[in-house]
Amino acid sequence: MTSIELVCPAGNLPSLKAAIDNGADAVYLGFRDDTNARHFAGLNFSPAKMRQGIEYARQRGRRVFLALNTYPQPEGWQRWQSAVDNAAELGVDALIAADIGVLDYASDKHPDLNLHLSVQGSATNYEALQFYRDNFGVKRAVLPRVLSISQVKHVIENSPLQVEVFGFGSLCVMVEGRCILSSYATGRSPNTYGACSPASHVEWRETDQGLETRLGGVLIERHAEGENAGYPTLCKGSFCVGGNTYHALEEPTSLNTLELLPLLLQTGVSAIKIEGRQRSPVYVAQVTRVWRQAIDACKRDPDAYTPRAEWMQELAKVSEGSQTTLGAYHRPWQ
Amino acid sequence: MKLSLGPILYYWPKQQVLDFYAGVAESPVDIVYLGETICSKRTLMRTEDWLQLADKLADTGKEVVLSTLALLEADSELKRLRRICSNGIYPVEANDMGAVQLMQGKPFVSGHSVNVYNDRTLALLARQGLKRWVLPVELSHKTLADIQAGRPDGVETEVFAYGRLPLAYSARCFTARAHNLPKDDCQYRCLDYPDGLQLKAQDDTRFLALNGIQTQSAHTFNLLSELEQMRRLGVDVVRISPQSHKTEKVIEIFSKVMAGELDSSTGNALLEKMMPTGPCDGYWHGDAGMAQRARTAAEQMV
Repeated sequence: MTSIELVCPAGNLPSLKAAIDNGADAVYLGFRDDTNARHFAGLNFSPAKMRQGIEYARQRGRRVFLALNTYPQPEGWQRWQSAVDNAAELGVDALIAADIGVLDYASDKHPDLNLHLSVQGSATNYEALQFYRDNFGVKRAVLPRVLSISQVKHVIENSPLQVEVFGFGSLCVMVEGRCILSSYATGRSPNTYGACSPASHVEWRETDQGLETRLGGVLIERHAEGENAGYPTLCKGSFCVGGNTYHALEEPTSLNTLELLPLLLQTGVSAIKIEGRQRSPVYVAQVTRVWRQAIDACKRDPDAYTPRAEWMQELAKVSEGSQTTLGAYHRPWQ
Repeated sequence: MKLSLGPILYYWPKQQVLDFYAGVAESPVDIVYLGETICSKRTLMRTEDWLQLADKLADTGKEVVLSTLALLEADSELKRLRRICSNGIYPVEANDMGAVQLMQGKPFVSGHSVNVYNDRTLALLARQGLKRWVLPVELSHKTLADIQAGRPDGVETEVFAYGRLPLAYSARCFTARAHNLPKDDCQYRCLDYPDGLQLKAQDDTRFLALNGIQTQSAHTFNLLSELEQMRRLGVDVVRISPQSHKTEKVIEIFSKVMAGELDSSTGNALLEKMMPTGPCDGYWHGDAGMAQRARTAAEQMV
């Protein structure tokens, strides 16, 4: 079995340290602006903090990837260009980008910079992967969370580059990089602004029918008294279709593929990514620790591997709505 | 400016499709995009049928472009894509980077689901053989103007100007889910919703439309009032996205306004009567997509 890299989120320096101290092989992070898809207040790194983070990782033999995975429009282009230059100067181990213009600039200006295709690049098939390798020398791609496990295997068998998949965390139901539901309601999308269902457009209203959460004025969820009110991510709301009110797109749930780990390793994935740069250092520490143990156990003896009950409990505690799913990897979910 | 008709985004019975295009042949659209772009299980029209239809429409003088799937997952889908990309006669609308890769060196159009957000992206695609690009629907006229300023020679610009907005694609079929069916046994329920299945917020606000694995806006994006601005911005092609009723009338209205034979407010009043829900135009103005800036017919009557 080939080695597999555990790639963990770092929204700030304490999270970065938590990831590394708990067994991440690599961390991914972003600058403090709209050049990355976790553009949230108080999150991410200044160049000085990033330098510290890179040093911390290096001293321990781990890698640091920089996410630069939003889509610049001409007006903001300079910001993305500077971010690429800064990343090269800081010496990150890889740049994770989505936009063709950004990839073109990076490969042109910094030919030695290692490039990964972000999940926001929406590449779901090996012909698309070939495009990014031929044109920019991309070495690895993160697959959108839309493929079944057998489709992942097929992509890897034919892929000209390394493949990274999501293992755990908040679940996008839509193909990443091609979902603009958020900007339809708010004017801001992951592609343009680096955030989905941005907090600036969220309202909480107490009404006679319960606590309502709205996004851009659109009613996303109605909570009965005493019910836990979650964040109104647009695709996880309750809507009416054909006279029924239900989670028409997806339940508030997180992806958890711990039980698929032996299969994922068999497919030949190069890395497993944990979602959650917006989460706390405690989340990062807990999730990283569980996944480190699981990967090590699975590599030692894949046939005897089963996820331990305490791992599953630990992960359920930090999951959206305390629920988890196998998502698209499991065909019936689709 | 030319007028184009985008691919049918819904699943209609074969006869309805053939009748629809018989009408299109008589209409003033210049360019017709043909093919299934949403779901590979929709096979009442097979690739062979689309190619025959392409020949028929080409014979009537229409420019035909073959459209391709936006979300490619299975190997069978790649096989079909290869067949379309190697048709040897018609240019192809690539709706995924896999199609861009296969069209390298051959003339192609990038559809609205290919993320062209800046002129550097456009320049690279032009080196691959791009002849025309469709502005991603969430981008504003301001961004369009900036991209146009750096547009490579020989590349045309097309704008999605009428229709329910394509907002998202998923592995999951939401139409099947609405019927408690798995995708693998969907029973082709999207045949029952020729303009998509409406999704409302719990306070009855009409919000989205489910079209199989695609999510659309409930409201119809309408840029009839912006044709003059598009002309100034150097837009070459204005796209109408088909709906199940009165598309020929929509084409006629756009055509007349473009020719200066009808004013846009009269045109808008007529269009709004034909929309499944109502109009929106926010994206064009840099607002939330569901916003509506052009005055509605009802407001104009006050």
